Amino acid sequence: MQFLWAFLVGGGICVLGQLMFDVLKLTPAHTMSTLVVLGAVADALGWYEPLVEFAGAGATVPITSFGNALVHGALTELEQTGPIGVIAGMFKVTSAGISAAIIFSFLAALVVRPKG
Amino acid sequence: MATKTAGRGKFKPMSMSSKEYKTFAKQREPSRSVLANCVRAFVSGGLICVLGQAIQNGYMSWMKLSSTQAANPTVATLIFISVLLTCFGVYDKIAQWAGAGSAVPVTGFANSMCSAALEHRAEGLVLGVGGNMFKLAGSVIVYGTVAAFVIGLIHVIFGIRGH
Amino acid sequence: MLRGKQTWWFESRPVIIGTGTVVGPDEGAGPLAADFDLVHAELDMNQKSWEKAERLLLEQASDFAIKNAGIRKEQVQFYVGGDLLNQLISNSFTARDLGLPYIGVFGACSTSMLSLALAAQLVDSGAAEYAMAGTCSHNCTAEKQFRYPTEYGSQKPPTAQYTVTGAGAAVVAASGNGPVITCATIGKIVDLGISDPFNMGAAMAPAAVDTIQTHFSDTGRVPADYDMIVTGDLATVGHRIAVDLFARDGVPMQDTVFSDCGLMIYDIERQKVQAGGSGCACSAVVTYGHLMKRLRNGELKRILVVATGALLSPLSYQQGETIPCIAHAVAIERGDA
Repeated sequence: MQFLWAFLVGGGICVLGQLMFDVLKLTPAHTMSTLVVLGAVADALGWYEPLVEFAGAGATVPITSFGNALVHGALTELEQTGPIGVIAGMFKVTSAGISAAIIFSFLAALVVRPKG
Repeated sequence: MATKTAGRGKFKPMSMSSKEYKTFAKQREPSRSVLANCVRAFVSGGLICVLGQAIQNGYMSWMKLSSTQAANPTVATLIFISVLLTCFGVYDKIAQWAGAGSAVPVTGFANSMCSAALEHRAEGLVLGVGGNMFKLAGSVIVYGTVAAFVIGLIHVIFGIRGH
Repeated sequence: MLRGKQTWWFESRPVIIGTGTVVGPDEGAGPLAADFDLVHAELDMNQKSWEKAERLLLEQASDFAIKNAGIRKEQVQFYVGGDLLNQLISNSFTARDLGLPYIGVFGACSTSMLSLALAAQLVDSGAAEYAMAGTCSHNCTAEKQFRYPTEYGSQKPPTAQYTVTGAGAAVVAASGNGPVITCATIGKIVDLGISDPFNMGAAMAPAAVDTIQTHFSDTGRVPADYDMIVTGDLATVGHRIAVDLFARDGVPMQDTVFSDCGLMIYDIERQKVQAGGSGCACSAVVTYGHLMKRLRNGELKRILVVATGALLSPLSYQQGETIPCIAHAVAIERGDA
C-alpha cells in the first residue's frame, strides 16, 4: 500500500515536471527551480509534511522535497533559536543530499571519463 | 552552361514578417507526444520513488532506524546509484525515454552534478571539476535557498511561529 | 568577378583536385559510410578530451585532402577554415601543425561552403595557386559548449538536431582533374525571430531560401539547371519549411532534386538523431565525400550546395536574443560539363 502511494505521488510530481517541459517549454533548470520553490511554499502552508507521512518516498525523493527540507530546517531553527535561525537552519536537513552529491561526483570525476 | 534569358531566375524575393514566419514555422513543427511523455515520466518517476521507498524500508529494518533517521542514508544511496549510472553512460539514455521521470527525482539532481564534473575534468580538478560542478544544479540550490529565506522572513515579520 | 548582388562568378573555373573526409562512429553507421576516407570507431578517438578528438579529425581530413590532391603540403598557399568552438581552436591548432598561412572564418554550420567559396575566390583571382578549405565538428564538443554536459539526462525534443562528428577538407587549384567550382553566392544574415536553440531548422530555413533565391536572381539560373540542390543542415523540420517557402514564392524546386545533408548523413528512422544531422561537418563530409564521388563518376553533373548556419552563442540565447542565420551557396560541376 505504502509502495502504491509512493508510486502514484512520485509519478504525479514527475508528470507535473513533464508538463512544464512539454507544454510550458521550460528548460530543465527552470523546471527544477520552479518545483523546488513549490515544495518550499507547500511546506510553508503546512501541506508537505502530511504528504510525506502519506506517500513516503513518493514525496521525499522528488526535488520538491529539497524545497520542503530547506524551509523545514529554516523554520525549525527559527522556533528554537529565533530569527537568525532562518539562515542558520536551512541546510541542516539537506546536508546529506548535497554533500553526497558533491563527494560522489568528485570521486567519479577522478576515475571516469564521459562516454558521450 | 545556362543561357541567360531576361527575367530568368527572377523569382519573387522571400518576404515574410517575423510574426508571420513564427506562425508558419509553428504549424510545421512536429508535435511533442505530450501524453506519451507524461505516461513515461509517471511510470519512471514512480518507479524511482518505489525504489527509494524500498531502500528506506531496508535501512529502517536493517539498521533499526526511524523513518526520519533513514531519510539521509536513503537519499545518499539514491545519489550513489545515479552517479554510478551517469558514469556508465546510461543515465542520459534513460532520460531520453523517461524525461521528467528521471530529472525530477533527486537522482536527476545528482546526475546534473556528476555529468558536469565528468565533462569538465579535462579542464582540471580545480577550475574544471570544482568550478563547473554546480553548473546545472546551482539554480535549484539558489532558488530553494532564496524561497526558504523569503518564507522565513515572512514568518519573522508577521510573528508566525516556526515548526 | 561579381555577378548580380552577392554572387562571385569564377571565370577560370577552379578545380577541386582532392578532398578528405573523416567521421565518427554514428556517421559510420549511417547510409554514406562507404564514401568517407576514414571512420573512427570511438567518439573519443583515444584522445584526452573531446576538443582534442575534434582537432584530430580535422588534421586527418586535411592530410587526406592533400594526399588525394597529389600535391605536397608546402604547395598550398592558404588554408581557410573554421569550426563551432570558441575562438575556432580546432582550426587554430590544426593550422599551427599544418604550418600554412591561415584564414580563420566563423560561419557556424555554413563554414564548409563559406571556406570553399573563399578558397575558390583566392584561386580564381590569382591570389593563390592552391588553397585548402576545411571545417570540422564533434557531437560532444558542441553539446558541451552549446547545450549540456554529454552525460546529462535531458530529453531532446523532436525538433532537436544531432551534431555530426567529422571533418571535411578540399584542395582547390587553378587547374587539374576534378569537379569545378563555377560560382558562389555569399549569403546575408536572415533572422525571422526564432529563438529556440533546439529548433535550428526553423531558424535557418529562411536564410537558405533567401540565399538560393538570390543565387537564381544573380545568375539567371533556375532549379532545373541543377541536378541537385542540397542544403547543409536544415534536417526534417527546416527542410519541410524550406520546401513550403519555395512553393509559396513560386520557385519550382520540384524541377530538381532538393535534399539536405542533415537528412542524408543519418538513417533518420533507425538512428536516434531526432530531426537529423547538423554541425559544420554535416555539409562538409556529405559534399566532399558523397557528392564529390557522384560528380566524379558522372551521376551528377551540376549541383548547388547551400550550407546553412545559426550564428547564436550560448550567451546570446540566455540573454533572450533570437537566432540570426546565414546560408552560403557554391555551385559545383563535373569537370567536363
